[in-house]
Amino acid sequence: MAETKKKAKLTNPFEHVIEYLYRFFDNKTYRYITIAVVVTLLVIFPNTSSRFTQEIMTNLFYFIVVCLGLNIIVGYAGLLHLGYAAFFAVGAYTTGILSAGYGMNFWLTLPFSILAAVIAGLAIGAPTLRLRGDYLAIVTLGFGEITRLTIRNLDITGGAVGLIGIQRPVLFGITLNQISHFYYMFFILAILAIFISYRLHDSRMGRAWEYIREDEDAAAAMGINVVTSRLYAFVIGSAFGAIAGSFFAAKMTAISPDSFMFIHSVMILLAVVLGGMGKIPGVVLGAIFVTLFPEISREIGPYRLLIFGALLLIIMLYRPQGIWPDRPAISSKE
Amino acid sequence: MALLEIKDLTLRFGGLCAVNELSLEIEEGSIRSLIGPNGAGKTCVFNCLTGYYKPSAGEMLFQGQSLVRKKPHLITYMGMARTFQNLRLFKEMTVLENVMSGMHCRTNAAFLTTVLRTKGQQIEEKLIRDVAEECLEFVGIPDKKNYIAKNLPYGDQRRVEWARALATQPKLLLLDEPAAGLNSDEKAQLISLMHRIRNERGITIFLIEHDMGLVMKISEKIFVIDYGVKIAEGTVQEVRDNPKVVEAYLGKEEEETA
Repeated sequence: MAETKKKAKLTNPFEHVIEYLYRFFDNKTYRYITIAVVVTLLVIFPNTSSRFTQEIMTNLFYFIVVCLGLNIIVGYAGLLHLGYAAFFAVGAYTTGILSAGYGMNFWLTLPFSILAAVIAGLAIGAPTLRLRGDYLAIVTLGFGEITRLTIRNLDITGGAVGLIGIQRPVLFGITLNQISHFYYMFFILAILAIFISYRLHDSRMGRAWEYIREDEDAAAAMGINVVTSRLYAFVIGSAFGAIAGSFFAAKMTAISPDSFMFIHSVMILLAVVLGGMGKIPGVVLGAIFVTLFPEISREIGPYRLLIFGALLLIIMLYRPQGIWPDRPAISSKE
Repeated sequence: MALLEIKDLTLRFGGLCAVNELSLEIEEGSIRSLIGPNGAGKTCVFNCLTGYYKPSAGEMLFQGQSLVRKKPHLITYMGMARTFQNLRLFKEMTVLENVMSGMHCRTNAAFLTTVLRTKGQQIEEKLIRDVAEECLEFVGIPDKKNYIAKNLPYGDQRRVEWARALATQPKLLLLDEPAAGLNSDEKAQLISLMHRIRNERGITIFLIEHDMGLVMKISEKIFVIDYGVKIAEGTVQEVRDNPKVVEAYLGKEEEETA
C-alpha cells in the first residue's frame, strides 16, 4: 500500500507535464504554430549547416519514412514483420534496373516500384495473413533473406557488386545531385508519410486495424474482413518501403545487396517499438533516436555502440510500451 | 418463409456430438429463445450460425441463403448480428469507437479516398458517427460515448455490446445470455429494450438464456435442447408443462422418489 502511494507520487509530476502538453496541443492554433516553426527551421537548416549534418538529416528523413511504413504493418495492424528491408530492396532494385538498365526516367520508375511492392506484398501476405502472428514473423524473415540472396545471384541485379549508374532525378529542369536537394526531397517524403499515416489512423480503415488488434473474433462479428484488412496494411506498408527504396537508389546512384541486410529490418523494427508502436510521434521519435544517437555520440569512441545497446535495454525495460507517453488516464478522452 | 431456417444441424467434435440433427425455424419479427441445461450445446448453435464453427452436417438458411461455410464477417454483412456470452468489447477504445465498428460493413471508404479525405469519405465518416450515436441513444447511454470501454460498469458494457450489434443494422439479432451478470433492475430494462428493438426497429430476436424468469416473460416461443437434441418447442405454457423439459432440468421423477 505504502509502496503504491510512493509510486503514484513519483510519476505524478511527469503526468502533469504530459497532461499539460497534451492540452496545449489540443488547441489548434498552438498546434499549427508549432508545426510551422518546426517546418521553417528544417527548411532553412541546409543553409546553416555542413554537408555532413545535412547527410545525417537526410538519412533521418529516409528512416522516418521506412519506420512509418513498417508502423502501418506492425503498429496499426499488429503484424510482426522481420523482413521489411526486402521491400525497400524491391523498390530500390525496380528503380535501379529500369533506370540503369533501360534508361527510364526516375519519376516513371516510381509506379513500377509501387506495383512491384504490391505484388510482393500480396504474394507474401495472402497465404500467411490467415495464420497467427508468429508464422508471419518467420515467413517475412525468410522472405527478407531470400530476396537478398536472389538479388545477389541474379545477373539483372548485378550480383554481389550491385547496380551502378542509376540516373539522378530531374525536377523542373534541375538535376538533383546536391545533398541539399536530397535533403528537401526526403523532407517532403517524410512529411507525406506522416500525413498519410495520420489520415489512415483516423479513418474507417485505421479503426478496423485497431479493432482487429484488440479482439479478432469480435471484429469479425462486426462485419470486418480480418484477412483483407490485414492484407491492406501489409501492402500499404510495403509500398511505403518501396518508394523510400526508389528514392534511396536515386540518391546513391549505386545499390548493392549489402544495403538490404537483416540488420536493417531489425533497426527499423527497433525504432518503431522503441518509440511506441502505432503512435506516429513516437515512431518519429524512435527514428530520431536510432539514427542520431550513434552520430551524436561519435566522440565517445569505440564504446558508443555498447552504450547505445545498454540504453536501448534500459528504455525497453522501463517503457515496454515505447518512449512516447500516452495521455494520463485520469482525464482520458472525457 | 421463415427468416432463419435450420435443418438437421449437426456439429461433432471428434466423437462428441455437440449438436445433433437440430431443426428449427424463426419467423420474421418474432422473439424466440433457445434454452437448455448447461452444456446442452446452445452456444454451439450460435457459433455455427455466425460462422465461427463449421457444422458437420445440415443446412442453415437465412432469408433463403445458405450460411454454411460463410465467414463470420459475411454473415454479419448478410444481416445477422450477435453478442457474446462473455463481453467482447474493444476494451482500450472509447464507447463511441466501439459502436462505430458496427458500421464498418455498411461503408466502404478505401485507401485513396481516405488519404485525400474526399467529400464522400467525410460524409461517410459523419454517417458512421451519427449512426453510432443514435444507437447509443437507443440503448440509453448517449452520455458515456467518450469513456474508455473498460472503465464502464458491467451493465453499461452490456449496453455498448447491444449498441454495437444494432449498428450493424441487422435483421436478426442473436443474443448469447444477455442477462448474465445483470441485477433485477437491469433485467427489467433489458426486457423493455428487447421489446423496443423488435417493435421500433423490426429486428427479429433469437436469444440463449439461463434466466428462466426472463425467458418466460419475453419469448413468444421457446426451443429446448438437451445434449444437442431438441426435446421440446412451443409457447411458454407448453414448454413448462412438457415432462421432457422438466426431466432435463430436474431429473426423472422416479429417481427422486426412489
